[in-house]
Amino acid sequence: MNEILLQIDGKEVRAREGMTVLEAAQSAGISIPTLCYHEKLVPFGGCRLCIVEAEGHGWIRLVVSCVYTVEENLAVRTRSEKVDRIRKTLLELLLAHAPNSPQLQDLAQEYGADKDRFEKEASFCIHCGLCVRYCAEVKKLNAVGFVDRGIKKEISFIPEIASKECHNCMECFPLCPTSWLQAAFVFTEALAFSGPSSGTPSNE
Amino acid sequence: MNNDRIDQIIDKHQGEASSLIQVLLEIQSENHWLPKDALRRVGEKLQVPLSRIQHIATFYKAFSLVPKGRHEVHVCMGTACHVRGAERVLDKVQDLTGIKPGETDLDLKFSLETVNCLGCCALGPVMEIDGKTHGKLSRAETEDVLKSYD
Ligand code: SF4
Ligand code: FES
Ligand code: FES
Repeated sequence: MNEILLQIDGKEVRAREGMTVLEAAQSAGISIPTLCYHEKLVPFGGCRLCIVEAEGHGWIRLVVSCVYTVEENLAVRTRSEKVDRIRKTLLELLLAHAPNSPQLQDLAQEYGADKDRFEKEASFCIHCGLCVRYCAEVKKLNAVGFVDRGIKKEISFIPEIASKECHNCMECFPLCPTSWLQAAFVFTEALAFSGPSSGTPSNE
Repeated sequence: MNNDRIDQIIDKHQGEASSLIQVLLEIQSENHWLPKDALRRVGEKLQVPLSRIQHIATFYKAFSLVPKGRHEVHVCMGTACHVRGAERVLDKVQDLTGIKPGETDLDLKFSLETVNCLGCCALGPVMEIDGKTHGKLSRAETEDVLKSYD
């Protein structure tokens, strides 16, 4: 496996070929904010929060670090005026959907994002896809999926699968940056199947 | 739609998971909608999780997860049809069928949708029924056309 030498925030970083810029940064102890990234999952590139400035041979571009693979001599800046401005706007847009998410609030503080900049449209889910992808890729259960598209896109549990599997798992709950996943589950449970009382494993 | 017919459609596509959309389209056009049992069957045979099928079936407007009428009426509300009186055509269709866009009547005869330009503006106002175009419609003609379907 070839080794690739690049610079991140002025620091020399050695990375393996095929690694993403985000992974290379993390391996060097440099942190980049993420929302839809998870080390066990196939890169998704959905939230764009991990955007960074990359400089190659005579070009400077904004790239999405969790999907962009390392290149020899790439010079990456994980923060710049432009990057910070983009992250601030992204956070403000997300906060219109999930104003109470602690994870978003922390990031908002860091980037000076105003949670009231855009009119509230509380849909709670920010479409990071962590729950859907974790259930499909890691657990291979596919108990939850997306339905519809665009602004109407939302998650939806498959009751037949959820009623059997979710009580023994619930590993996706803490991954959700908002509390929507848990709420959606309780909702589905109440409407479509009656689960055992809190937390006891199902004896299906 | 019974499982045998669904299996036939799937077999025609060699049971390839990559033919999922094609299979769904065929079921949709024959049955006018995608019942959950059909989706389950397709999922089992093609080895595609139901969550994925559900995402696709709700993503494209060509699919319906609720029963649709035998005849699909599309009234064009595009700019050209709008200035030529699309509103009148739509009103007439709503009056006669008793349904609004997005709805299906109780006899499962008609489903109504509005669209934005069918690409034949010179014929406006235009209404399409089961893929057949009816143009330059007056109220009376709209009524005649609708009545010709059973
Ligand atoms: S419910 Fe939560 S984890 Fe799932 S996609 Fe929405 S925000 Fe992400
Ligand atoms: S973490 Fe990279 S796009 Fe979400
Ligand atoms: S606007 Fe109706 S066909 Fe173009």
